[in-house]
Parts: sequence; structure tokens; C-alpha cells
Amino acid sequence: MLKVDGIDVYYGNIHALKGVSLEVLEGEIVTLIGANGAGKSTLLKTLSGLLKPKQGVIQYENQSIVGKQAQTIVKAGISHVPEGRRVFSNMTVEENLELGAFVRKDKEVQKDIQKVYELFPRLFERKGQLSGTLSGGEQQMLAMGRAIMARPKLLLLDEPSMGLAPIMVKTIFSIIEEINETNGTTILLVEQNAHMALSIAKRGYVLETGKVVLTGSAKDLQESDEIRMAYLGG
Amino acid sequence: MKLACQLLPYEEIFSIAFSLAVTLYLKLFGLFEEEWGFMDWIQQLVNGISLGSIYALIALGYTMVYGIIKLINFAHGEVFMIGAFVGFYAIAGWGLGFFPALIIAMAVCAGMGMLIERVAYRRLRGSTRIAALITAIGISLFIQYLFIYFRGAQPEAYPEVISNQTYNILGAQISSQSLMILGTSIVLMIVLQFIVHKTKIGKAMRAVSHDMDAARLMGINVNTTISATFAIGSSLAGAAGVFFGVYYTKIEPLMGVIPGLKAFVAAVLGGIGIIPGAMVGGLVLGVVETVVSGLGYSLWRDAAAFVILILILLFKPSGIFGKNAREKV
Repeated sequence: MLKVDGIDVYYGNIHALKGVSLEVLEGEIVTLIGANGAGKSTLLKTLSGLLKPKQGVIQYENQSIVGKQAQTIVKAGISHVPEGRRVFSNMTVEENLELGAFVRKDKEVQKDIQKVYELFPRLFERKGQLSGTLSGGEQQMLAMGRAIMARPKLLLLDEPSMGLAPIMVKTIFSIIEEINETNGTTILLVEQNAHMALSIAKRGYVLETGKVVLTGSAKDLQESDEIRMAYLGG
Repeated sequence: MKLACQLLPYEEIFSIAFSLAVTLYLKLFGLFEEEWGFMDWIQQLVNGISLGSIYALIALGYTMVYGIIKLINFAHGEVFMIGAFVGFYAIAGWGLGFFPALIIAMAVCAGMGMLIERVAYRRLRGSTRIAALITAIGISLFIQYLFIYFRGAQPEAYPEVISNQTYNILGAQISSQSLMILGTSIVLMIVLQFIVHKTKIGKAMRAVSHDMDAARLMGINVNTTISATFAIGSSLAGAAGVFFGVYYTKIEPLMGVIPGLKAFVAAVLGGIGIIPGAMVGGLVLGVVETVVSGLGYSLWRDAAAFVILILILLFKPSGIFGKNAREKV
């Protein structure tokens, strides 16, 4: 479904991604783990068209999306839930969800909003509230709900667990699994919480200072000594 | 702010402000008792509000553009001037009525706003704010003198498109022009509120102004949205230009400078980037000006706006609606 081959991305003068390659197959949950500054968010931003790679190939459904505008990529079916949620805090929950469906022209937007409310009953309770007044976990739910309003085939999630209480992290991860199972949405999950991420993913990639240093099935990665030392706390 | 506190001679400022306040109070009180009756106040208020609604319309363009790309578009006053002239030519040249001329002026200004954004500001989007600001000043001067070069600097007398009747409403003398300007401005502001809150492009504008990258991730075309913002803001300035011509009956190529600056003051007064703030700021400024000149200080009416600017920057830089109401476009 998605094939990234040898991309180089720069942030000004900083060489953030150095020849990164990875692949995501349809229906999978793939996780990308790594420390702060490893380049995980940069990779997602490049996939969603916010950043342009200097070199390399990105193929989505057998078509190159390098250099395409963000709105074209959203229309093609890739939605990105950014790091730090980035909800439109001056708008209500419902308005945020409507904006998620910005690229759609069909008549089923209202129906999909109801579906999001079924998935996240908390959002239904707060639908008229300004999203800036929500708790961190609720904002994460909203950011995810907003992204799936575009009916994506591939969902990019950037650190959904960041800053959330452990119980909320569990809820969010079980919903990620649910989205993957019921809608058949493919998911590329970026996480620092390697333990949680590997527990729901099928495969994983480990990114270190802009390079993929390790890849394998989630199970292999969980058992690998390097990962245990570096990310899973011995 | 700490530095400012040390540098500012607060005691002096307060004593000057206090004596000003006392004089003003005595003057106001005297007038209220003797010369100005209640109805005179109502009359001044209506005049002030209708002048203020012109400022408000211009200020909306400033505030919307600032809200979305953080740029004070100093060429906005020139869009206002062009609007006044387009309206003039439509009325005097083609013999059109007030409303058709208004619509043509708004349409031309919308196009002009988009053109300015496309040519001058888009390529500076990633650069420093000061670079964009200097460009805006350059564009402002460029339009003024290009217009003078091709047309000449002579002023024009605005034709009387709205018959100048005076209504006597319970003793207050109110002109039909004031009422027409006020009514049309209110309609335009309601339409604007509708666009911003209920339409897709309005929601896109709010989203882009809040978080440009997040808006991109929603599939919003940021360039189109910014263009639309310029178009809407500029069309309001065009309408204000026509109103100004009708109200003051004289237009000239440099007419955009002072109302443009005053509208900027109005936008800052209400809280720059906040739409209801621009409306309120414009109205307050109009009323203050009318009262100041009504009291016999008509030479001071331009100064009043800048005194307000200085005071607001000193005491509440975020404006009347700042901070708490974070509704930006």
C-alpha cells in the first residue's frame, strides 16, 4: 500500500531523515518507534505532504506522492493525526469533526459524525463544547475522530499516547485496534511508548537519528535484546 | 513590560490624563446642561455610529488578514481608495445607482485584494514578518502613485446618489445617508458573520488562522483560503470606500491613508485578529471622533484616534476583546 524508498528530508540545514525505507501493507498496523529527535514525526509529515523529501521515492497505491500537495494526499486517502493533537481549540467538537470531512463532497458526513460519536461516546457528550476546553485524552479522541472523518485508507498516528494517563493510553490503543479491525484502516503508528505500540502492531521499525536501524515483526522486536535495553526498560 | 514601567513617567501621564479628563468632563457636562440636549447626543451617536461603521468595514479587512497570515496589510487603505473611485466612476460615468455601484466596487476590490496577495505576499509567506510588512508599505505607496500617474491627483466630487433628506426622529436630526450607510454596513457585517461561521470557506478560514499545518492536514487548500480572506476583506474595504464618498462627498487618490490608519487603530482597539473586535473598535472610534468634533475640537478629531492607539498599546495591547475571546480569522 505504502512504500517508502530511500528518502532524504532536511529541516533547513538539519538532515533529519537519511535514506529511510519502509513498507506498510494493506490492513496492517505498523509501528515506528524511536527516541525524541529520531525523525519519526518528520517521516509522517513527509508522508502527508507537509515536508518535501530531497531524494527518494514514496509510493502510495502504486503512485508516487512525492511533491504532491497535502490536500491531494488527504483526498487520496491518507489522514494524519499530528503530534500534540492540534485540534482547532477555538471551534466546537462538532465543527472539528466537520472540518475533518473537508475534502468530502458526499452526503454521508452527518452519518459519519454519528459513527465517530459511537466510537468515542465522550465526544458526543461534549459535542457543543469548544475543543480547547477538553482534556488531553478527549482532544486525542477528537484528533483521531477528525482524521477518520476523511474516510482514510491509511491513518498516520503521531504519538497518540503523549501526555496521557495510563488508563487513557489503554483506551486510545484499544480504539486504534478497533478502527483497524472494523474499518479495515491501515495504520502507521509512531510511538515512544514502544511497549504499547508493539503490543498492538504487526510489524515495527526502529528509527535512530534519521535511519532505520532495526525492523521485524512486533514479536521479534519485543524479544530483541537491543529493544529491551533501549526502549522497554530492560 | 518591566522596562517600559521604568522608562515611562507614569505620574506625569496620569496628571496630564487627569487634567484632560476634568476639562473634558466640564466641557461635556456644560454642553449636556446647556447647549446639547438629549436628542443632540442621540444625533451625534447616530452620526458617530455611521462613520464608525465605515471604519469598522475597513478594520475587518485588516483584522481578517492579520488573523490568517499575521500581516498588517498596509495596502488595505489603497483598496478602500480604489473602491471609492470605482464607485464614483460607476455612478458618475455609467449612471448606476447606489447599490449596483456598491456591488461593482466590492467585486473590483475583491479581485484587487487577491491580486495583491498573489503578487506581493504569497512568495513572502515563509519569510520574516518585517519583510512582509515593508512590502505592504511599498505596495501601498506603489498603488497610490501609480493611480496618480495614470489618473492625476485632482479630487472628485462624489455625486449625490442617496437623496439627502433629513429625518426628524423625536427631535434628533438624522440624515438619510447616515441611515443608509449604517443599514448597509450592518447587513454586510451579518453576511460576513454568516460566511465565517456557517460556510465551508469560512470554516476553512478559521482553521487556517488557528493552525495552518493542521488545516493542511484536513485537506484545506491554504492558498485558496488566504485568497478568499483577502477577497472578502478587500470587498468590505471597497464598500467602505463608496460609503466614504457618499458621506464626505470628496474623494482623492491619497484618501486611503488616514482612514486606513484609523481603521488599523480600530482593529488594534478591538483586538487585532478578532472579527467582533474590529466591528466594536470601528464603532467606538467613530463615536469618539464625532463627539470630539461635535464639542468644537474638530481639529483634534484625527489626533483622537492616535491617542486611543497609544493608550491601548500602553494599557491593553491585546485590545478590548483580546486574550479571552480567541476567535480569530
